Amino acid sequence: MKVGMIYSRIRAEEKLLLQALKDRGIEVELLDDRKMIFEISSGHRYASRYQDFDVVVERCINHSRALYSLRILNDRGIKTVNSADVAAVCGNKLETTSALAAKDVPTPRTLVAYTPESALEAIEDLGYPAVLKPAVGSWGRLLSRVNDRHAAEAILEHKEILGSYHHSIFYIQEYIDKPMRDIRAFVIGGETVAAIYRTSPHWITNTARGGESTNCPITDEMRDICRKGAEAVDCWCSKSTTRWSTETASSRPALISPTRWPNLF
Amino acid sequence: MNTVTGSGECPECFDQVELKDVMQNEIVQCSSCGADLEVTSIDPIKLELAPEEEEDWGE
Repeated sequence: MKVGMIYSRIRAEEKLLLQALKDRGIEVELLDDRKMIFEISSGHRYASRYQDFDVVVERCINHSRALYSLRILNDRGIKTVNSADVAAVCGNKLETTSALAAKDVPTPRTLVAYTPESALEAIEDLGYPAVLKPAVGSWGRLLSRVNDRHAAEAILEHKEILGSYHHSIFYIQEYIDKPMRDIRAFVIGGETVAAIYRTSPHWITNTARGGESTNCPITDEMRDICRKGAEAVDCWCSKSTTRWSTETASSRPALISPTRWPNLF
Repeated sequence: MNTVTGSGECPECFDQVELKDVMQNEIVQCSSCGADLEVTSIDPIKLELAPEEEEDWGE
């Protein structure tokens, strides 16, 4: 088997993946996305460049590079982990929430608006605190917990002038309280293989923002919600963030977001 | 998966950064100034500042 791995940086995760593949005797070719050239039209110099791979693992840091690479490869019959369709949905919180809700997977109440005025109306309807997130983004960046109308007005004004059209798509979500931690679960082939608590006194628990990870025992309830989440986005290999709200009257789990990257370890 | 052990010069503070079993394009941190560095060559070892974070970076 010949595996390609598209990467942007070699970090601890990429090294672990490479070591795991090596341990299994699998040949891996590293593909630096800064040097890749894709030939979209057939019959030219680079047209068959990636045809020899049995599967390509995508580890781009740039979301846009990942989506285009996967689309071009899949359209030419090259298998990838994950697929372009899955990455398109799971790399975008708005599309993910839509897919989860359409399949009745429990998610926080979510509203979408396109102008600051309609976004403010949506936030007021949702109530405070509310959460504003960019549809595309990771590592807890540019998340806003909106505690009152004054904060909402200020944040919406700031987002409007950030310049990128992404910030004028207002993705507004119910705030889910958490008992100091949420849960990140890892799903492969529909099976929840591992989970971690991400503990932080801050409302953002991303490990990139200081959240501490510890082992989380997998429960049947967790297996069920994670399997449904992975099926809803047609994702073979995913990680999902879940908040079990135990400090509110409406105690319930809410699957927040599968993510684009596969985690094979 | 070729790796190398040795040292390279930090382009930010010019101190020597000790490296163990690093790969081409691996990201390391300078122990003196804390800069994120990319191993752009392993023979000879060459370090450059790692790319700045861009808006659509993520997972």
